Order: sequence, then structure tokens, then C-alpha cells
Amino acid sequence: MSRPGRDDSPDRLYTLTGGRSRSGPGNPFDLVTLVVAEGAPVPGMQSEHAAILRLTERPTAVVEIAAELKLPVSITRILLSDLLAAGRVSARHPRQAAVPDPDILEQVLVGLRNL
Amino acid sequence: MDSATSETRTAAETRTPLGASAENGLKIVVVGGFGAGKTTMVRSVSEIRPLNTEETMTQAGESVDDVSGVRGKTATTVAFDFGRITLDSRNVLYLFGAPGQERFWFLWDRLFSGTLGAVVLVDTRRIDDSWYAIDRLEKHGTPFIVACNDFGGPTFTPQQIREALDLEPDVPLVNCDARSRESSKIVLITLVEHIRSRYADPARASRQELV
Repeated sequence: MSRPGRDDSPDRLYTLTGGRSRSGPGNPFDLVTLVVAEGAPVPGMQSEHAAILRLTERPTAVVEIAAELKLPVSITRILLSDLLAAGRVSARHPRQAAVPDPDILEQVLVGLRNL
Repeated sequence: MDSATSETRTAAETRTPLGASAENGLKIVVVGGFGAGKTTMVRSVSEIRPLNTEETMTQAGESVDDVSGVRGKTATTVAFDFGRITLDSRNVLYLFGAPGQERFWFLWDRLFSGTLGAVVLVDTRRIDDSWYAIDRLEKHGTPFIVACNDFGGPTFTPQQIREALDLEPDVPLVNCDARSRESSKIVLITLVEHIRSRYADPARASRQELV
């Protein structure tokens, strides 16, 4: 199967985001931010937006959305910003700190040992 | 090098959603040269069939990401794959397989800021492939361990590998078989234990960040 993000004309990606091409510093979406749809797609919605809402009925990471839509991560972040601004998705951002929380590390270890 | 677990994964081609209470995504990156076994390791421990995605940016600058002008510029596209491990009802660990070559590091901050740590996966037949990755991880202050994937090639003593890679004595070095779930799991546990001990000893952590 072809990978649209890589092989298609850049014009297609440009059109998808209405000409915006940066998911600059203000974009809050980390690769592992978990996105949850706040509702079902509505008629007339941009097809990529509708696809994201269908994908995120359950929490789904930004990177999984990008992979499923076969779009570069930066384009996916822009589409997600639109949906967030419109209140159609909510975002659960990773709890990141300069130094990882020891409790989180302990939970990671327990989770890995139980694999 | 294909994984022994691929048969069991193909049955799960459909998406496996996370539980509704999942709220905290965590990252670990497996860095290695071409063919070092990154994808194999991700597949061995992932609960989903590994997925592939990519990021693109121009060489001009870190914040410039002008997709519309890609044709006329030198664009860097880096593909990477990833898998997922649900740790508990709230925490989900994403495991990224990332190429270690130079152009990839342009994207490190954007993709992997906040990562817990990294596994440098080494093919002992091509030890030199790992040099650059180790240098970058040290510069970024990212905790890492080195795992030698067993390809049945010549065996080296740990001391020989440490010397070849110029490894700091406190960086753990382990052998593994990336095709094995159990072996890959031990690699990840070794990394997280290393991260924990590094941050439990602030003097050591700050010294490493200054390197």
C-alpha cells in the first residue's frame, strides 16, 4: 500500500491543513499525548477530522493516529489542534518532568515485570 | 532478521484500543544502526503489531517545517516504527525504534523530548554504527544502556565492547536476543532500573549531563 505522507505531492498535505505547515512550539501535542473524541463525526466534516474522531473513541496516542492515517506527525498535530480548538477532542498529555517521578518509574518496572 | 513472534502478531491486524482510563503516555527509544534489530525488539514486546510513521522537516532550521516548499528544499524525512505496552490501567509505554544515523538527530527534540531513556542496540559485527548514537545521547543527557544483539557472530568480552564504544563505567551493558520477548523484557527492565538509580543519585545525574 502506498504511504500518502511520503509519496504524494506536498500539495496534498498543504491542502489538508488549509495551508498551514507548522506545528510550531505552541502545539501541545506530544507523540504520546492520548487523544479522546468528544463525539461522533458530523456530516460535512473534513474527512481526516472524521477519521480521527472514529479512531479516538478510545484513548489513542498521536503517533498511532499518524500511523493509521498515514500522515506525517507534524500534519497530524495540526489536524488535532483544529479538533481540540473546536472542542471535538480532548487531550491527555504525558506527565513529563525534568526528572521522572519515582512513583511512575516504579509503576513502569512493575508493568514490565508483569509482561 | 524476522521475529519468531510474527505469526502471533498477524492475527491481531485489527486495532487494539487502549482502556478508557489510559491517561499517561511514556516513551522509551530503541536506537540502532540499520539491521541491528530495533524493529524485532519492538515487535517482541509490543502488544500491537508494530506501526510505522514518519516525520519531515527541512534542513534549514529546527522550527522550519514548510511542507509546501518541500520540493525546492532539502527535506529530511525520518521513518520510525513503534509498539505499545499497556503497563496498568493508567500508564502506557510506547517503544520507538529509531535509526541512529546523523540526520535523525535533527528530529530528536521534536519527537523524543521527555523520553524516559534509550536502549542502544548494537550489532557486534558493526560496533562503529553505534558510536554516533551514544555520543548524541550523552550530549542530550538522556539515560541509556547498551544492549548487544546476538547475531551469532564473533563474541567480544564486555571489556572489549566498552573500550570500542568508549562507554562510561556506569552505563549498563547487556547481551540480548531481540527475537525473544523475555530477553527484550530484561533489556527494558535493566534500562528502567538504570534510570531509577541515576535519578536517585542527583550528583551522578548532574555529572552525566555536563558531559
